[in-house]
Amino acid sequence: MAKTSLAEACWEHFPHGADIGVRGHGATMAEAFEAAALAATAVLTPPEGVRAERSVAIDVTGADPELLLVNFLNAIVYEMAAERMIFARFHVRIDGLRLTGEARGETIDRMRHEPAVEIKGATLTMAKVAEERPGEWIAQCVVDV
Amino acid sequence: MDPGRLTQAGACEWHIEPTGKMNVPAVLYADEELIRGMDDKVFEQASNVAMLPGIVRASYAMPDAHWGYGFPIGGVAAFDAAAGGVVSGGGVGFDISCGVRSMLTNIDADRIRAHQRELADALFEKVPAGVGSTSAIHLTDEGLDEMLAGGAEWAVRSGWGEMRDLDRIEERGRMRGGNPGYISPRAHKRQRHEMGTLGSGNHYLEVQQVTEIHDAEAARGFGLSPEHIVVTIHCGSRGLGHQIGTEFLAEMAAEAPKQGIDLPERELACARLDSDLGKRYLGAMWAGINCALANREIIGHFAREVFAQVFPDAELDLLYDVSHNTCKIEWHAVDGVEKDLFIHRKGATRAFGPGHDDLPAALKPFGQPVLIGGSMGTGSHILAGTATSEAKAFSSACHGAGRRMSRHQALKNWKGRQVVDDLAERGIIVRSHTSRGIAEEAPGAYKDVDAVVDAAEKAGLARKVARLVPLICIKG
Repeated sequence: MAKTSLAEACWEHFPHGADIGVRGHGATMAEAFEAAALAATAVLTPPEGVRAERSVAIDVTGADPELLLVNFLNAIVYEMAAERMIFARFHVRIDGLRLTGEARGETIDRMRHEPAVEIKGATLTMAKVAEERPGEWIAQCVVDV
Repeated sequence: MDPGRLTQAGACEWHIEPTGKMNVPAVLYADEELIRGMDDKVFEQASNVAMLPGIVRASYAMPDAHWGYGFPIGGVAAFDAAAGGVVSGGGVGFDISCGVRSMLTNIDADRIRAHQRELADALFEKVPAGVGSTSAIHLTDEGLDEMLAGGAEWAVRSGWGEMRDLDRIEERGRMRGGNPGYISPRAHKRQRHEMGTLGSGNHYLEVQQVTEIHDAEAARGFGLSPEHIVVTIHCGSRGLGHQIGTEFLAEMAAEAPKQGIDLPERELACARLDSDLGKRYLGAMWAGINCALANREIIGHFAREVFAQVFPDAELDLLYDVSHNTCKIEWHAVDGVEKDLFIHRKGATRAFGPGHDDLPAALKPFGQPVLIGGSMGTGSHILAGTATSEAKAFSSACHGAGRRMSRHQALKNWKGRQVVDDLAERGIIVRSHTSRGIAEEAPGAYKDVDAVVDAAEKAGLARKVARLVPLICIKG
C-alpha cells in the first residue's frame, strides 16, 4: 500500500477481494479527488507513462461527498471506455456537491500502455471522503474490475 | 469466518438464524474449510440481503461466496412482487449476465497438440481481448436496439452463429422483456464497438481437455468423453452492462429511502419491483442480458471460424450457455404454492434439475449443464443440476473458484512472464496483451475450484459430471 507521489498528488491502491481500492490524499477535497482519479488510472497503467495531449471536461453532481466521488470516478471510467482514453492528470473544482474540471490524457496505446485490466465501475464499497486532520483529506472507494 | 457463528445443518449447510431486521434466515452452502476461508463480510452481506423487503425463504450463499457489492458474490435471493419485493442492482452486479459457454469439438487432443501454437495464435488474432480492444462489428443506434431486443437470436440472424445454438442457451437465446428504450445514450456509446470482445480481468476463451468423468451417464448425455476437447468462453455484457449497472445503482441508492426501503448498506441499493424505477431497471437489465447472450454467440462464431481455418473438418456444437449475474422471473414452489419469483443470482449459476420444462429435450434427462470456471492453471468443471437444487437454493449452484488473494498481492507474488513460462512447461499456452494482467490472474491467486464443486455436490446443489484442464488460454 505504498503511497506514490506524482507532482503534488499522492495516491495508493488498497486490496479488496477480487477488486481494487483506490485512495487519494490531498490538502483539499478537490486535491484528494484528483489523486483518487490518478489511482483509478493506475489500475490500468502507471500514469507516469501517459501523455497529457488532450482534455475532456468533467461535470458531475452527487447527493453527498461519497456519491460525488463515485460519480466523478464513473465519469472518468466512461471516458476511458467510450473514448478509449487514458489519463495523466486531473484538475477539478468542487462547489458544494458539484464537481467541474478536466481530465488530460491521450488515446490508449495498447503496445505502449499495456493496460492490465479495465474498470467496470466505481462503487460505494469502502467509499469515504473525509478531512482526517486539518488540511489532510482522503477520498477512497473500491472499483470493480 | 468462524463456523462458531453459524448453526450447522449438514456437512455443507450452515444457517444464520434471523435476528434484528432479518426477515428470513441466511443459508451458506460450504464445507467447514471453505467457511473458515470465507470473508466475514459474507456473513454480514448475506444477513443484510435477508433484511430486504419481500425476500422469500432465505438469503443464500454458494460455496464460492466472497465479499461483493451489497450482495455477496455467490449470493442468491428470491423476491415476491406481491409481498413488496425488490430488485437490486447490486444483486445482479456491474457485469450483467456475465457467464460461460462451452462448445464441444470433434477434434481430438492429439490433433490439438500438433497444432497448439497455430491454434492459439489464430484465436488470439481473431478474438478481440483486453482493455481497449474493439471488434470489426460496429453498430448504429438502430443496430444496437435490435441486438438489445434480440440477444443471441439477433446474432444468429445477423450471421454470427447457428440456429441450432439457440436451444442450448438460457432463455433460448433471447431474454423476453428486454427494453432498449430504458438504456441511456452513454450505455449505447460504450457498446458501439464492443460486440464480440472478450473484455479483461478474469474473462477468457479456453481450449480445454476433459480429464475426468465423474458421472458417465450425464457425460454421455452432454456429449462429453475422456480426452474430449471443449472450447469455453467466459465473458459478459461488456461496457453496456457496466454502464447500466453504474447508472441504476446510483439512482436506486438515491431513491430507496423515498420508496420506504431501509438499506442496511447503500451498496444494497434496490427498488420495489412494482415501482417505475424497478420496472425500468428490469427492462434495461434484461436488455443487458441480451447483449451478453449476443456477445458470447458472436465469440463462439469467431471460435468456429478459427477452428475451421486450422482444422477444415472441425465442428463445434454448443453444449450450453449459462449466465451467472442475473435477476429473472422464474416459477418456483414455496410452501406448496407455485408462484413467479424474481430470482437474483450474483455470481451464482442456475442449476435446473432433470425434467425441468426449460431444458431442451436432449438435456432434460440429465439436468442443466452448470459450467464452472477455475483458473488458467488448475481447471474447470461441468456439473449438472440436481433434483434437490430446487429446494436447496431455488435451483442455483456456484459459479467459479473465487479469488483467495487480491490483485495487489498477486502482483507482488508473480511476474506475468514467469506465469506464462510455468504454464507452458505444463502444456498450457497462454496468450494475452498484458503481462501484468496475467500476473494478477495467476493460478495461485485463486481458491481451489475442486473444493468448491465438491462442496456444491455434497450440499445437493449440483452433481459433478466432468473436469477439464486448459490447453490454450486467451486471457482478456
